[in-house]
Amino acid sequence: MFTQLPIIILLLPLLAFLIMIFFGKKLPRQGDWLATGMMSLTLLLSIILLITKVGSYSAETFSSSIGWVEVGSKTIGFGMMIDNLAAIMLVVVTLVSTLVHFFSMGYMKGDVRYSRYFAYLGLFSFSMLGIVITNNILLMYVFWELVGISSYLLIGHWYEKKSASNAANKAFIVNRVGDFGMFIGIMILFISFSTFTFEAIFESISAGQLPFGSEGWLTAAGILIFCGAVGKSAQFPLHVWLPDAMEGPTPVSALIHAATMVAAGVYLVARVFPMLTADALLVIAYIGAITALIAATIAITQFDIKKVLAYSTISQLGYMIMALGVGAYTAGFMHLVTHAAFKAGLFLGAGSVIFAMHASLHKLHDHDTDAQDVRNMGGLKSKMPFTYWTFLIFTLAISGIPLTSGFLSKDEILAGTLAFSTLNGHWLLPLIGFLVAGLTAFYMFRLLILTFHGKPADEKVIEGVTESPKVMTIPLMVLAALSLFFFYSFNPFGAASGWFYAAVERPLSMVPELLQPATYPVFYQAVSSVHTTAMILSILIAAAGVLMALAVYHWKKISADDLANRAGFLYKASVNKWYFDEMYNTAFLNGSHVVMRALRWFDENIIDGIVNGAAVVTKIFSRVSGWIDTNIVDGLVNGTASTTNKAGGLLSHIQTGKVQTYLVYVIFSFLVLFVLFL
Amino acid sequence: MELLVAQSFAEPGLTHFLIVSALLFALGVMAVLSKRNVIMVLMGVELILNSANINLIAFSRFTELSLDGQMIGLFVIIIAAAEAAVALAIVLNVYNRFNTINLDEISLLKG
Amino acid sequence: MELTTILFYLFAIVTLGSAAIMVFSKNIVHSAFALMFTLMGVAALYVLLYADFLAATQLLVYVGGILILILFGVMLTTQGYTLSFKTITVNLIPASVLSVAAAGLLIFAFITTDWKITEVAERNDTVYDLGMMLMGDYILPFIAVGVLLLIAIIGAILMSTRLSADNNGAN
Repeated sequence: MFTQLPIIILLLPLLAFLIMIFFGKKLPRQGDWLATGMMSLTLLLSIILLITKVGSYSAETFSSSIGWVEVGSKTIGFGMMIDNLAAIMLVVVTLVSTLVHFFSMGYMKGDVRYSRYFAYLGLFSFSMLGIVITNNILLMYVFWELVGISSYLLIGHWYEKKSASNAANKAFIVNRVGDFGMFIGIMILFISFSTFTFEAIFESISAGQLPFGSEGWLTAAGILIFCGAVGKSAQFPLHVWLPDAMEGPTPVSALIHAATMVAAGVYLVARVFPMLTADALLVIAYIGAITALIAATIAITQFDIKKVLAYSTISQLGYMIMALGVGAYTAGFMHLVTHAAFKAGLFLGAGSVIFAMHASLHKLHDHDTDAQDVRNMGGLKSKMPFTYWTFLIFTLAISGIPLTSGFLSKDEILAGTLAFSTLNGHWLLPLIGFLVAGLTAFYMFRLLILTFHGKPADEKVIEGVTESPKVMTIPLMVLAALSLFFFYSFNPFGAASGWFYAAVERPLSMVPELLQPATYPVFYQAVSSVHTTAMILSILIAAAGVLMALAVYHWKKISADDLANRAGFLYKASVNKWYFDEMYNTAFLNGSHVVMRALRWFDENIIDGIVNGAAVVTKIFSRVSGWIDTNIVDGLVNGTASTTNKAGGLLSHIQTGKVQTYLVYVIFSFLVLFVLFL
Repeated sequence: MELLVAQSFAEPGLTHFLIVSALLFALGVMAVLSKRNVIMVLMGVELILNSANINLIAFSRFTELSLDGQMIGLFVIIIAAAEAAVALAIVLNVYNRFNTINLDEISLLKG
Repeated sequence: MELTTILFYLFAIVTLGSAAIMVFSKNIVHSAFALMFTLMGVAALYVLLYADFLAATQLLVYVGGILILILFGVMLTTQGYTLSFKTITVNLIPASVLSVAAAGLLIFAFITTDWKITEVAERNDTVYDLGMMLMGDYILPFIAVGVLLLIAIIGAILMSTRLSADNNGAN
């Protein structure tokens, strides 16, 4: 069952993609029922797989492989590996994908490329599942790129919009940078160990083999592979593509840019976790912390509902990466799962709001007002009750309020960073962790209040808003249910006792003992000793963030403008997203402009000079050769021709046309030869 | 010289047959080269083929060539038959076209 | 002189003499009959060379087949009854010079060459051996020659039928 079932799970979305891309338009209702039905079936199979795996074979890892390509003596396998990590991830991906399929049936209704949209969703699901179940880092890279291309197609779904096609390009190109590093990392591993499978690589490392015999190369390989995760999971400094990717349809943002694709980077780090050295892990932890902080500070000042969510996604991904970096493996992965549920919910909720706003604006023939800007909303609570209440649950979850899933995972991460710093003094990590927790609570409640509470910005518009159809609200409710604590642990204040912690254990590090983080042996003891402190601190900080948001935006005790003025430069930096795009513009675009100008000067003065010089030389040379041509060559040719002509005239007398005369010549020549050779 | 003549009239050896074939060949060449009539030319060709055949069979009698010589002779006869059939068909066609079978009147090949 | 020697000279003279008549005769029908005697003389020479099967084939194919064909050719290509069967010679001088030179050179070569002669035991019957060889080592040339004959026959038929069709069209 662990061989066939994953293959079926993997291939069903591919089948859906193929059917939809070729026959989608001819099917009734453009085939949305088919794509959705197949995805639901995939979800069902994944759940069965997960229950069997975690319930009955929790400690085992199922791996199977067939030969795919033979390069010299090396065989590259086409294989899969099902452990608890993969089984959980399968359910996460298929669940979000299925709900997004349902949601899209409402959201995308009447779209020009309706069937193609569903086809691409199928392609995306296929490649994402491929990443999850493969046992082979090369194959993972292949699916990784497939995810990239399907993400590109989906971001650019409305490619008539210039900004959408630009965003698609940006996402693809920025990801390239990270993937390049990842590919180099893979090649280092392949050269050293002659294999691509994770298990074989880990075995070689634990047997004491190191790439090129040095610890530095092992660290480098780990960091290079992490580069892939930096690109795909939008970590600093490659996070710039994710906010722009919000140009795609909102369900796509929910599926790809919140729940699954961006989590692929985290999944990758979790997969290669056993081969990461202490240095590599420290780099990973700091990258995650920096990302979390930067993204959270930007999210505070954004007004576009999807942009806020995008930055909050980056921030939460930073959390997960940081958790993996400090060694809180289970907490990091759990945050991935819980985050997938509530962030997909937030995006779908935002999608529901945008859908309603759009419909209302459309009715008023207002095409200038931005349907995504929270300043145009307000007071939607009564108009869209289902959306509001689910959105509230998701907001509570992401803010880390007790009784939600987000609280469980975030609390564990914070405890992990705290334990890490008590063990080796990296106090910056927990500091950033708690700060970001407070910021998260603040900006999420700010978003909630601005969207659903307060006075409507424009009465007429809000009057026209109606609740979205059931096909859109039911996925929201499902996700809201999954954002509650009891799906992950029955103890609302500690995830460690739940099934998740039992199922996903931190794998043993395979690197030589000297390279392992010194914190490992005592890490869990330290976590349990600081757990209560961390929990109380995190609840307090979250509450402070919530209160702050309420004070500023709901009760209006503190003026937001006043705060902004006081913050001065910091506020401007946040609004302008820390000038990252401008920085990249300056560094890469202006830099390349300078290079271009230099090249142009070179071109105009030196290359052109050479070319012109060559032209003059050629001209002179061609005159000379022309003279030679007319006088000498032509003379030769004409002379040859006239000589041939005369000789032909002479010889033609021999040609009598009579066979017997020819025979006389033949026999005469024959006899001459006979005499000569006799 | 006398000895040579005496030897010549002794029991016929290889050389005797070869000389007969050489003379036959010369007569064939004469016919092929000097006759206007295509059919006479064809008869000359048959003479040349026969002279060659005498050579082959003489070698098969007097040298190690053995029966292989006769075998080749047999094939020569077969090919001569085929040649005669085709050649005469061609002659008939030529006659039909030029209304003559005199080779010196057929000179389309004249340059 | 032994009988074989006498027979050899007899048939050599018959062969060469009739060949000479064939070449130098002014009448084409005479030439054809002279050719018949030449071919028969050659067949007799074959017998003297222990090639009895070839001698028989020579008689059957040449005298019985080719000669008849040639006579048909002669009759079919003469225009009407008025025209004589005379053959007119051309290139007489170069032809004579060349053929005499060819004969001289060949005879010179044959006499001066030191032939490696191996006396073979007298044969009384070559048919059996030839048959075995035809079905053994020579099977491929045998088949090829068969195909060649078939093609020649078809070609000859094709050419002559087109000829008659043209004639009919002209008439």
